[in-house]
Amino acid sequence: MAFRKPSVLPGFGLTLGFTLLYLGLLVLIPLAGIFLETAQISWAQFWQIVTSPRALASYRLSFGASLAAALINAVFGLIVAWVLVRYRFPGRRLIDALVDLPFALPTSVAGIALTAIYSSKGWVGSLVDPWGVKVAFTPLGVTLALVFIGIPFAVRTVQPVLADLDPQVEEAAASLGATRWQTFLRVGLPALCPAVLTGFALAFARAVGEYGSVIFISGNMPMKTEIAPLLIVTKLEQYDYTGATALAVAMLVASFALLLAINLLQCWGRCRHT
Amino acid sequence: MPTDTDRSSGRPTRAIAAASLAEPRFVRLTLLGVALAFLGLFLALPLAVVFTEALRKGVACYLEAVSEPLACAAVRLTLLAAALAVPLNLVFGLAAAWAIGKFEFRGKQVLLALIDLPFSVSPVVAGMIYVLIFGLQGWLGPWLDARGIRIVFAVPGIVLATLFVTFPFVARELIPLMQEQGTAEEEAAITLGANGWQTFWRVTLPNVKWGLLYGVILCNARAMGEFGAVSVVSGHVRGLTNTLPLHVEILYNEYQSAAAFAVASLLALLALVTLAAKSAVEWRARRQMRAALAPPKEQCRV
Repeated sequence: MAFRKPSVLPGFGLTLGFTLLYLGLLVLIPLAGIFLETAQISWAQFWQIVTSPRALASYRLSFGASLAAALINAVFGLIVAWVLVRYRFPGRRLIDALVDLPFALPTSVAGIALTAIYSSKGWVGSLVDPWGVKVAFTPLGVTLALVFIGIPFAVRTVQPVLADLDPQVEEAAASLGATRWQTFLRVGLPALCPAVLTGFALAFARAVGEYGSVIFISGNMPMKTEIAPLLIVTKLEQYDYTGATALAVAMLVASFALLLAINLLQCWGRCRHT
Repeated sequence: MPTDTDRSSGRPTRAIAAASLAEPRFVRLTLLGVALAFLGLFLALPLAVVFTEALRKGVACYLEAVSEPLACAAVRLTLLAAALAVPLNLVFGLAAAWAIGKFEFRGKQVLLALIDLPFSVSPVVAGMIYVLIFGLQGWLGPWLDARGIRIVFAVPGIVLATLFVTFPFVARELIPLMQEQGTAEEEAAITLGANGWQTFWRVTLPNVKWGLLYGVILCNARAMGEFGAVSVVSGHVRGLTNTLPLHVEILYNEYQSAAAFAVASLLALLALVTLAAKSAVEWRARRQMRAALAPPKEQCRV
């Protein structure tokens, strides 16, 4: 097979060449640099760095909080998408636009705002403080910040699928005697399942690497509330480039695995759709 | 498209539909309440707190915080980084979308995956890769230093990090759009004697203008708001390598809370403008889509 199908349109060589050059210089070569840098240390050294107790504690927090946040987002994202697609109420367009706020709001702004809300003197923090619930500077605070970051992923992946859902299928289920709840569980939910899972995975992947919105609310205590990206920054600031790159490689491998999972999920969703 | 089946149609199924296609009223109200409470707690509240905290010490204090020289320097640097990053990524997005959307070639799926790569890399790692290359201990660092060129902990590094994190935005909007539109119109233009540039300017670009604008809006918001990647390469030199999001962090860590929130409120306003512009573009694009009679086709990208 030839490299490309013949076409009368011009500019293939120019645009593909520019694309590859730009991609290579800006993304691929610098990223490959991380792997090359790590190759300078032995496997044993690498393993020692990425499995040090402090690193393990940071993965536990990063992945645990991300998982919890993504689960919360999957549930509430489905509810929000359902309400926005199926119901008509005043202010719906405004709220629909607001869902993308975490994309548009710089993460440092989100970070200080969430800290102000959930610190023991803040609007919400002062309400839960008498009950002994501490939010800011605990893993709970980290989770809340990651929920904020993941909202648009969870809502925006489900919304179009829900809007495209053929009402006739639900009508059929209803006319055959299914209750509303049965229709949702047996007809609606299976059709939405790939989208919900994709949203979950996207929110999770974003949360694992998130830095800006978390570092303010987390308090950054080593072994307790230190997320993995912060540990990388700490090592960089101490000029421990070897340690930082080793951790970065571990995180890159994790996110590539997630990316693969997301692609497979989307593939599955399309196969069901067609 | 919103589905409003149970209200409009006068079909025989209407009775069933009314009974079984809508949830009972109390379920609807509960779901609505849960959704609004969730969004209120996580989206509206942070936004409200930014503006309240910013104005806590009065308007005079607010104006002083946003007009002091260091804040102005941060605004200038943020605008500069965005002014460089957005056009470069726009050109890249157009080139990539032309190559991928208008031609069939091997390895296309791999290329698509690679273009999405920066989205799945932690911003911290995105900044770090440039420190490894251009930093003083990096590969090119000593060579550049001998020639008096500084990239990391200087403005070029900030631009590079911004370019990296905003890399896929325009391309991601344009590629599916151009794939969907196919090549028939361009082929017609070429057959009628237009050259490549004319075809691009008069046929392709008008067809994708809304998608393009949408991508630029998102790209710009991220370019101005990026924190993690820029923080790693900036070195936090006040007045020189401090962007607005970094300025917020410094003020906050120095316990100048009101000033930090005042500067943050500028960024929050930017976010609101972004959301408004995005909604406007979506609305225009949808209207145009409805005007064009052909229903949108499903494109399979595996």
